[in-house]
Amino acid sequence: MVATGAMAAVGAIATAWPFINNLNPAADTLALSTVEVNVKAIAVGQAITVKWRGKPVFIRHRTPEEIKEAEAVKLSDLPDPATDDSRVTDTAKKVRREWLIVVGVCTHLGCVPLGTKPGDPRGEFGGWFCPCHGSQYDTSGRIRKGPAPKNLLVPDYLFSSDTLVKIG
Amino acid sequence: MASQHGAPPVFNNKVVAWIDHRLPIFSYLEKEYHTFPTPRNFNYFWNFGAIATVMLVLMIVTGIVLAMNYTPNSELAFDSVERIMRDVPSGWLIRYMHMTGASFFFAAVYVHIFRGLYYGSYKAPRELLWMLGVVILLLMMATAFLGYVLPWGQMSFWGATVITNLFSAIPVVGDSIVTWLWGGFAVDNPTLNRFFALHYLLPFIIVAVVALHVVALHVHGSNNPLGIDPKGPQDTVPFHPYYTMKDGFGLTVFLIIYAAFVFFAPNSLGEPVNYVQANPLVTPNEIVPEWYLLPFYAILRSIPDKLGGVIAMFGSIALLFVLPWLDTSRVRSCTFRPIYKWFVFVLVIDVLVLGYCGAHPPEGGFVIASRLATIYYFFHFLVLLPILGKIERPLPLPPSIADAVLKKKAV
Repeated sequence: MVATGAMAAVGAIATAWPFINNLNPAADTLALSTVEVNVKAIAVGQAITVKWRGKPVFIRHRTPEEIKEAEAVKLSDLPDPATDDSRVTDTAKKVRREWLIVVGVCTHLGCVPLGTKPGDPRGEFGGWFCPCHGSQYDTSGRIRKGPAPKNLLVPDYLFSSDTLVKIG
Repeated sequence: MASQHGAPPVFNNKVVAWIDHRLPIFSYLEKEYHTFPTPRNFNYFWNFGAIATVMLVLMIVTGIVLAMNYTPNSELAFDSVERIMRDVPSGWLIRYMHMTGASFFFAAVYVHIFRGLYYGSYKAPRELLWMLGVVILLLMMATAFLGYVLPWGQMSFWGATVITNLFSAIPVVGDSIVTWLWGGFAVDNPTLNRFFALHYLLPFIIVAVVALHVVALHVHGSNNPLGIDPKGPQDTVPFHPYYTMKDGFGLTVFLIIYAAFVFFAPNSLGEPVNYVQANPLVTPNEIVPEWYLLPFYAILRSIPDKLGGVIAMFGSIALLFVLPWLDTSRVRSCTFRPIYKWFVFVLVIDVLVLGYCGAHPPEGGFVIASRLATIYYFFHFLVLLPILGKIERPLPLPPSIADAVLKKKAV
C-alpha cells in the first residue's frame, strides 16, 4: 500500500513538472537575452536608457565627483552594503569607474526610477529617485532611503573595447 | 403544483413529472427557491447576495462576447480594445458594461460583506459559509486584477509589474514564482497570454464556489437582522414570492444606478492613463489600482518594508477567514450589541480612510494617516473584537422573530 502510494505520488509530481516548467521563459524569449551598446556618444555626466530583456538598463557616464561621492560612502551606512568598485566591474573583472550600468527597475515593486534624463529628479543622493513609493538611490545605484530592499541590479556586462559593451 | 411546507411537490405537467422522477431538478427548485422558509424580517441589506449573483452572470456574459473580439498579444491588445470601442457593433456598450460591471460587482459584494459584519452572519453555524465568501472575494480580486491587465494600457502594464513583484518578497521561492507569472524577464507578451487564459478561467471557478456558498447557506438558512434563529412557521415566509419580489425590486434600483454609470459616466471610475498604450520604459507618475483595491494597496504601502507590506496586505484579508473565532460574542446582530455596533462603523470609516490614502501618493500626511488606519484595522480584529465580546453586555434578545416584528408594528 505504502509503496503504491509513494509510486503514485512520484508519478503525480513527475506529471505536474511539465505544467510548471511550461510557465518558464520559452527559448525564443531567452534568445533575446543580450544587447550590444556603443557608449562612445555618451558625454561625461550623461546617461542613457537601453532596453534589455524587456526592461530598461541605465548606462551612466559618471563625473569624477559622482565617483568620489560613491566611493566615500561608509559601508555601514548602506541598507544593502556593496563597494562602488564591485558595482562597476565587468565580467572580465575589469573595473571601469566612469561607467555605471544598472537595470532600471526599482527593487521595491518594479517601477522605473527617474534620474536618467536631464531635468529628472535624482533624489537626495544624486542617483535615482523612484516616483512610485519614494525609494532613493545614490550615484552607484545603491539604495539609500525608502522601501526598496536592494541596490539596483548590476547586470552581467562585458566591454569588448573602450566604447562597446555587451549586456547579458 | 403548489405544495405545503414539508410535503413533496406534485407536478401536474407530465413532462415535468417525467423529468423530475429521473433528475429531481424541479423538486430541488421548488424546495430551495419556492417554499424555502426564509426569516420574515429581512431588510434591504439582504438583497445584495442576489444582486452580486446577477452581476457575476452579467460579467461572464459580457466577458465572453468581448473575448470574441479581443487579441491577447502585447502588440495587438491595445488596438483590439480600441477596435471594440470604435468599430465592433455595440462593442463600446459591452465593454463599458464589463468595465463598470466590475466596479458594481465589488460594490455589491462590499455591501454584502458589511451586512455579514454588522448582523454577525459569520457566526456559528455559518462559519464555512462565511469562509467560502472570503474565498470568493479573493478570487474576485485576482480576476479583476488579471482583467485590468488585458487592455495593455500604461496602468495595466505597471499595475501588473507592481503586483507580480509583490511575490518576489517571498523568501527563497519568490523569484521563481515571479518568473513563472511572467514567462520571461519582465511583464511582456507571455504574461499577457497567460493572464488572459486565467482571466477567462477564474470566473467559472467563482461560479463553482458561489454554488458551494449557496449550498452552505441553504443548510441552516439565512441569518436575519435580529440574528436569532426562526423558531417555527410564524417566523418565516416562503422564499417565493416574498423574497424573489423584494430581491427583484432591490436589483432593479441597483441596475438603474449601474446603467446611469454605464451610459453617462463609464470612465469616471477608471484611470485615464490606461488609455495610453503600455510602455515598459516609462512609469506613469503615479500607480494606483482601481478603487475597490485601494484600501489594501494603502495597507501594502503603509509598511516601510517590502515583505512586511506584502504580509500585512494579505494578512488583512486572511483575518477575515478567522473572523468567526476572533469574535467572542455569542450575540449575532449588532442591534443588540450597544458598544460593538459603533465600532463596526468606525471600521467602515477606517477602511474608507485607507482607500482615500491609497489613492494619493505616499507623502506627508497620507503616510501617517495610512499607518494609523492600518494599525486600527488590525487592532479592530485582533484586540477589540475578542475583548469586546467578553466585556460587552448585550441587550435582551426578543423571544422570537414574529414577536419582535409584530411588537414593532403595534408601536
